[in-house]
Amino acid sequence: MLRISDLHASAGDKPILKGISLDVRAGEVHAIMGPNGSGKSTLAQIIAGHPGYEVTSGSISYEGEDLLDLDAEERAQRGVFLAFQYPVEIPGVTNAYFLRAAYNEIRKAHGEEEVDPIEFLDLVEEKLKLVDMDPAMLHRSVNAGFSGGEKKRNEILQMAVLAPKLAVLDETDSGLDIDALRIVANGVNALKRPTNATVVVTHYQRLLDYIIPDHVHVLAGGRIIRSGGKELAHELEAKGYDWLLEPAGVGA
Amino acid sequence: MSASIETLVNKEYQYGFVTDIESDTIPVGLTEETVRLISAKKQEPQWLLDWRLKAFRRWLTMTEPSWPNVKYTKVDYQAQTYYSAPKSVKPLQSLDEVDPELLRTYEKLGISLTEQKRLSGVAVDAIFDSVSVGTTMKDELKKAGVVFCSFGEAVHEHPDLIQKYLGSVVPYSDNFFAALNSAVFSDGSFVFVPKGVKCPLELSTYFRINAAETGQFERTLIVAEEGASVSYLEGCTAPKRSTNQLHAAVVELIALDDATIKYSTVQNWYAGDADGVGGIYNFVTKRGKAMARAKISWTQVETGSAITWKYPSVILQGDDSTGEFYSVAVVNNHQQADTGTKMIHIGRNTKSTIISKGISAGHGQNSYRGQVKVLPKAEGARNYTQCDSMLIGNKCGAHTFPYIEVANDSATLEHEASTSKIGEDQIFYCKQRGLNTEHAISLIVAGFCKEVFKELPMEFALEAQQLLGISLEGSVG
Repeated sequence: MLRISDLHASAGDKPILKGISLDVRAGEVHAIMGPNGSGKSTLAQIIAGHPGYEVTSGSISYEGEDLLDLDAEERAQRGVFLAFQYPVEIPGVTNAYFLRAAYNEIRKAHGEEEVDPIEFLDLVEEKLKLVDMDPAMLHRSVNAGFSGGEKKRNEILQMAVLAPKLAVLDETDSGLDIDALRIVANGVNALKRPTNATVVVTHYQRLLDYIIPDHVHVLAGGRIIRSGGKELAHELEAKGYDWLLEPAGVGA
Repeated sequence: MSASIETLVNKEYQYGFVTDIESDTIPVGLTEETVRLISAKKQEPQWLLDWRLKAFRRWLTMTEPSWPNVKYTKVDYQAQTYYSAPKSVKPLQSLDEVDPELLRTYEKLGISLTEQKRLSGVAVDAIFDSVSVGTTMKDELKKAGVVFCSFGEAVHEHPDLIQKYLGSVVPYSDNFFAALNSAVFSDGSFVFVPKGVKCPLELSTYFRINAAETGQFERTLIVAEEGASVSYLEGCTAPKRSTNQLHAAVVELIALDDATIKYSTVQNWYAGDADGVGGIYNFVTKRGKAMARAKISWTQVETGSAITWKYPSVILQGDDSTGEFYSVAVVNNHQQADTGTKMIHIGRNTKSTIISKGISAGHGQNSYRGQVKVLPKAEGARNYTQCDSMLIGNKCGAHTFPYIEVANDSATLEHEASTSKIGEDQIFYCKQRGLNTEHAISLIVAGFCKEVFKELPMEFALEAQQLLGISLEGSVG
């Protein structure tokens, strides 16, 4: 589904990713872990098409297409979803309106009819249960005045409504208490299908107690320095990152 | 700023066509003779000519204001034409007599003067260059006792009302442009809603400048008697021309005891091209007077004009009267706007609300200028002002000039102001959810303007939102 080959990218003059290769197949859950500043979020943003980074070499193919050739909205329309680490506020635009606008854009891109507000509300209400969200949240402005946990839940709600093929969760666990973490993780698990894939970007192992990864990759200094199964996450939990960083020649 | 914002603000002006129609146009220049000629063409009574002449003589002694925060080449008042009328317009018995070319013009603008409008419950008066070309749905209004006609017609059919109210809120001596308008105004709209009547339809006037080198000077006068209410909307467009054209209108509203007047404007005059060449100079005086318990509400969406200079105001004369001003002003490319309001609290327990949303893109400069004045007798007066600016790109500007004068200790005034920038982050967030850049910006801007849009009559809220999207096209890069 997603194939990243020897990806190099920089922000301004500063190289951040220095040769990343990664294969994600349908039905898989990948976890990308690593210390702060290792380039995890940059990778997530580049997959989603953030204009602030420049890919200097390497490639990303998604479902056989050159992903880097597509605008961010085209990627979204083809099923690439990023749950933001810091969800953005849009004052004056209700959650329901925003979600429906997004949902309809994606439908239009697939040549499907747009849905009207009433049909849409039925659809959303069902998804709300998935993340245990109060329907009143639909009528508040997008993320404006939301608590950290509400924002993250809202991201998962959007994911549930938009039903992406490839979901990238960028530090979705940060700022969540244990109950919220469980709710968010349950939401993500409920959306898992053999036809879609999830990439979980996280600093801590604790989210991976709930979302069980098939593959774990450790990113440091802009490179993947170790890949393994879910047991690698537990090893990191027990030992920290340092034991991996030194042999890889990356300062902690 | 990335390329997307810049492309978004630069869409073609779609109303920039010229209608090829024979016009009766008087020679350029402005003298006492011009004033007499206009008055004669309109077969006006002596008192009105006298009033015009007084205004003209006063105008000669006045100077063009230089305090607005706008820069432009001064108008050569002797190089303008002060009267241009489509030739076929004689007093019309029905819309069937309107020149089909004119009807087609209005169809192109999306305004049907034929009976289709009946369905939407809106009565329309269309002003083409200087004269009214037709008012729809007169009979329906007549049944309710409402008068809605061109100003010229009102002078002949309701001379007492005109004589009583003309200049009663904006005297001819008020300011340079009001004096000029009073001397040379050619037509406009008149609305009279008698005591206790709720006007059954939305009233709408559509202004169109067509002729070149011609100024448009119209007057609108709206009178709502005791307990009456009316909602009125004006829309404006003009052809694209490389020279600047002058539009100096005067609007007077009179709300007697317990009356309500809601006045909405969607102003989309030609704004000039991307380099700032051409466009309308929009120098307008709008003011209302609210008597006891009356309410006057101004809502404006200003997206057009090269230069805008306008301050729709309310004189809160009567006790417990209410004044409101809701404004969205958008400047793009080289547009400049200096706009805001004046709320003059005279009566006791008078209330005013000001919500101003300024959006600046391209090289646009947007100034909010607002005065809240509480006079000594205005016991218990209250004002709430909220003044928000949004910047798109980094070559534009937003300025705020609040003037607050309070002469009564019991008054309560609140002023809130904010400035924000449409962030790349907001746009990226929307794009990541499948919305393209244009859609993202129009969504973010509509959210920003929400408090104003909800004040517009339903039919026009959508139009205003679309207009905003169009005028900002190309602004995001």
